[in-house]
Amino acid sequence: MPFLEAIRLALQVIWSQKMKSGFSLIGVFIGVTFLIAVVSIVAGMNSYMTEKFAGTFFGMNTFHLRRFPEFMDVPPETWRAWRRRPRITTDDAAAVAAGIRVPVITADQSSARATLQYQGKVARDVEVTGAGEKYFEIKNYTIEQGRTFTAQEARAGLPVVVLGHELADRLFEGQDPIGKEVKIQAIPYRVIGVVETQGNLFGISLDKFAVAPAASPVKRFVNPPGIVDLVLIKARSLPEMQLAMEQAEAIMRSRRGLRPSEDNNFVLETSEGILDTWGKINRILLAALPGLVSISLVVGGIVIMNIMLMAVAERTREIGIRKALGARRRDILRQFLVEAATLAVVGAMIGIATGIVLAEVLAATTPLPASVAPWSILVGVLLGAGVGIAAGMYPANRAARLDPVEAMRHE
Amino acid sequence: MNREPLIRVHGLTRDYDMGSEVVRALRGVDLTIQRNEYVAIMGPSGSGKSTLMNLLGCLDTPTSGEYWLNGTEVSGMADDELARVRNREIGFVFQTFNLLPRATALHNVELPLIYAGVKASERRRRAAHALARVGLQDRMHHKPNELSGGQRQRVAIARALVNDPSILLADEPTGNLDSTTSAEIMEVFAGLHAQGQNVIMVTHEADIAKHARRVVTLHDGRVHSDVLQDAA
Repeated sequence: MPFLEAIRLALQVIWSQKMKSGFSLIGVFIGVTFLIAVVSIVAGMNSYMTEKFAGTFFGMNTFHLRRFPEFMDVPPETWRAWRRRPRITTDDAAAVAAGIRVPVITADQSSARATLQYQGKVARDVEVTGAGEKYFEIKNYTIEQGRTFTAQEARAGLPVVVLGHELADRLFEGQDPIGKEVKIQAIPYRVIGVVETQGNLFGISLDKFAVAPAASPVKRFVNPPGIVDLVLIKARSLPEMQLAMEQAEAIMRSRRGLRPSEDNNFVLETSEGILDTWGKINRILLAALPGLVSISLVVGGIVIMNIMLMAVAERTREIGIRKALGARRRDILRQFLVEAATLAVVGAMIGIATGIVLAEVLAATTPLPASVAPWSILVGVLLGAGVGIAAGMYPANRAARLDPVEAMRHE
Repeated sequence: MNREPLIRVHGLTRDYDMGSEVVRALRGVDLTIQRNEYVAIMGPSGSGKSTLMNLLGCLDTPTSGEYWLNGTEVSGMADDELARVRNREIGFVFQTFNLLPRATALHNVELPLIYAGVKASERRRRAAHALARVGLQDRMHHKPNELSGGQRQRVAIARALVNDPSILLADEPTGNLDSTTSAEIMEVFAGLHAQGQNVIMVTHEADIAKHARRVVTLHDGRVHSDVLQDAA
């Protein structure tokens, strides 16, 4: 019997017994739903991390000079040692900026939580940053209204501020914020610009911030005098960034008077470093997935095998008739294998559709991003077919070996 | 034209191992059937006529003895070779019709062609033609449960004929039919025989057997009598 014919026949049988078919493919359905949904979420987070986080949030070809890594899960001993490291100073920032011999732009940065007010409106717990004027360029921020502060304003420490999109909306509610006066910790600043919306990272808004010159009055609460949180250094290309990192490391080691045997007591962080950490989380998620998926597929396979054994028993007479009319063993084998595989693939298809919907719903209702990975759809279909064939092998073989005379006598 | 007889059977035996004892259903059957014969195989139940029918239809293999069909030795063939012989050489008509209940008359008739590897459009054409031959051109798209007993048996006959088999092999073809319908089916058989079709029919009813031109009677697994007769 031709292959397409066999599939058509299988679909007919499955359709004529909707209820039974529905129950029998539920295991495969759940397994594949799971596969697609989890892979979509992981893939979504992946593209989020690489494109948005590494590109926009961190900055392309950018590294950070810090006292210790920003995102790291370490044992308490390490943490205590890190806490004893000297802090990064404005002098460090200036020395690094002056000492790197490849073209780079740099900005120092110090942040703290503060309260902003505009007339009656209050915004609490806003991240207020004191930074150099190159900060916006390094961060790849697009200014949607107004401008950023100039080098002169930065040097003079003028009380001017650039707001995140959401914060500006909250305080000004549709009014033009440019030129208005907001109070940060009760000191007045003039709003000179608003940054285009950055969206959110795992549900945390990236648009609730205010940036003022490092020398402006924000210096009083973001850090002790002469201390910065980090220095941002952006090169023009990846190779230049690597050179700049080596030079920055040498400058810092010599400033700190470190002997060759001593480890760095500062850290140069790149987005790759953070992506490494993410990669580990990613691998754990993907490593757990096969286990979860295979449990439901094994259960699904057993259910399909049982259904197929029942089908062979119920259709013994049909098998006898087909054999009497000239069906060979392999014709019968193929008929039942195709039926089992079709059943499983139908389950897998429904699973794929449900998985995609589930991922989209999760993406819409939770901070988790989702993007459906094409390979996961392929894997879903192949797994479905594989489970069907594996589960159908024993029943199909039994059917193929039936004796036609005996089978036709069967009621 | 092949000068060999259609069927040549020599010393055919078939034993069934029933665990505690061996039942000897056939104890050495010799039988030759020429082309264009219409043979009835008769005998009381337990005489071995169903066993002989299964062997002649290549549904079963003999314990010993030879079976030559169209000059080819069939006894000793493997499973898949037998399937091919059944598909090409033999058209079955059963007492209980043995149609697939979920399939239409047309699809039932197409089945042997599917296993012969005939492509879909050609299959449909030949199946429709076979149904027309038995007067069911208007019932092609009906399922078996929408047809009367006589119509079902006609579908089965159409299915048996669709591959132009050497033998039309009928096992109690009127066993589940009333006498009027039985007569109709016997007329169909007579007509097919008149067109040159070889017909072998197993029956235990004497008035059905009298439609045949030759009656072979089995008794205790052996040929008891072999009589030529005029058509009824």
